[in-house]
Amino acid sequence: MTLIDVHAHFFHPAGPRADWAERNASRLKAGERMGITCHIASILGSWGRTSPTYFPSPADLSVGNETLLALQRGLPSQIRGYVCVNPNFGSHALAEIDRCLAAGMVGIKLAASRRADDPLLDPICASARSHGVPILHHIWQHRRRDWPGQEASDAAELATLAARHPEVVFILAHLAGGGDWLHSLHAVRALPNIYVDLSGSGVDGGMLEACIDAVGTGRLLWGADITLDTGWAKLRYLEHLLEEDACEAIRWRNAVSVFPPNSLLAVSG
Amino acid sequence: MRTDINTFLGRYPFRRAPGGSPQALLESMDRTDIAEAWISNLSAIFWRDPTEGNGVLYQAAEFQPRFRPVPAIHPALPNWRDALKEAVERRAPCVRADPTFYALEPDGSEMRALAAACAGAGLPLLLAVRLEDARQRHPNDVAAELPSSAVRALLRTDPALRLIVTHADKDFVEQVHFGSTPPEAQRLLWDICWIWGPPEDHLALLLKTVGLDRFTFGTGLPLRLPENSVAKLDLLDLSPEHRLQLESGNLQAFLAGFRS
Repeated sequence: MTLIDVHAHFFHPAGPRADWAERNASRLKAGERMGITCHIASILGSWGRTSPTYFPSPADLSVGNETLLALQRGLPSQIRGYVCVNPNFGSHALAEIDRCLAAGMVGIKLAASRRADDPLLDPICASARSHGVPILHHIWQHRRRDWPGQEASDAAELATLAARHPEVVFILAHLAGGGDWLHSLHAVRALPNIYVDLSGSGVDGGMLEACIDAVGTGRLLWGADITLDTGWAKLRYLEHLLEEDACEAIRWRNAVSVFPPNSLLAVSG
Repeated sequence: MRTDINTFLGRYPFRRAPGGSPQALLESMDRTDIAEAWISNLSAIFWRDPTEGNGVLYQAAEFQPRFRPVPAIHPALPNWRDALKEAVERRAPCVRADPTFYALEPDGSEMRALAAACAGAGLPLLLAVRLEDARQRHPNDVAAELPSSAVRALLRTDPALRLIVTHADKDFVEQVHFGSTPPEAQRLLWDICWIWGPPEDHLALLLKTVGLDRFTFGTGLPLRLPENSVAKLDLLDLSPEHRLQLESGNLQAFLAGFRS
């Protein structure tokens, strides 16, 4: 059985956490138990150590991306990477995208450095289109105010961006990662190029039914983010809710369809 | 035998949350191999008199032996001692209070009186830290989360008081556990529903640092998928004996401590 986690993270020694290696090992070990065949991951710079997690400096981004490439090279059958960039540093972002995709990464990660509907994101979207890769965009589900440490976007802003770039696939990050997920589902329902990533610590009753109602099973992507237990819970409930074919789509087939052809071949059976 | 101490019947006023009927709860229990559920009244938490919701719980438990009622006590209402007396007479396993939803100080004089009365009656008092993630709460859902300081304070009011706390995360558990003496901490039981599994491994850490015997199985049904708490257990490296402790053994020992 194939299972692709479209929203994973790894840590590294240049970040602030002394337990970085334990956390990485724990993800891989739990992933094995759950049957995760591929972790599509990102590293957000130095994770706050030398620049803010959601406003990573170009230097920190390069270090993080390089670390992720090394992880991918070390476990080529289990790990794929998103190249993480900060749109405020446009030249660096475009160069980093070219460099990391050429080295084997499979998508682009945008955190919360700039609102999703900002024109600064347009060159990055154009690059995603030319490379044929999806953009995983950090989202605060219905942001009602600004929060410290990030310039978080919500689904309405991502929808604006997606409408400007209909040929690019966007992945709305961690629907269950905090905030009003129903607001997000309403905002993306009509946008066929926005896929919904189910990751996040939330396991709300009724949420998965609402997802299926809003975007069908064809635009849902399974993921865990930083709580694999909640990811597994949602997967188990989906297996109860859906026929096997629909469940397979969410487990991996939808993911294979949005990433570059053959980029997940080694992990998708 | 898996006992879920953290389930609800009824409706949540701030979003649609299907599954609050007795039949739906039973279906969820069957799906996740939960043998017994302690049921609270979700709707009544928000009523002016939450004890008006206790009758439904007693009735449900009477007709369905897999349910055990967790009646609510509002210690600022004139009838609260009668409600507590009824809970004892009807052999409820514990009672609950949701002070912030009642607009009470969580460690104020009313709650201290309730804590003392529970201690005297030999009934554990159940408290929830939260019902939903703070980031997603309805704009008009403004009751504060239960502070860890209140749990510490209540624990100190009576040496016979035992507390069951649901929906606590790692930081909350640690702040109460290590902010209490060992005998005080022995009078606490935590449900696992809000504690993260891998890769952060909060639950695995707490089982080592706080102690496996201080935790029990709870889900938060129907606001939360019960599969989550089962998945947490499946992701731990537990012996069958330890797993059984978490699923029901610790709870039985905690309750037996009251009876002895």
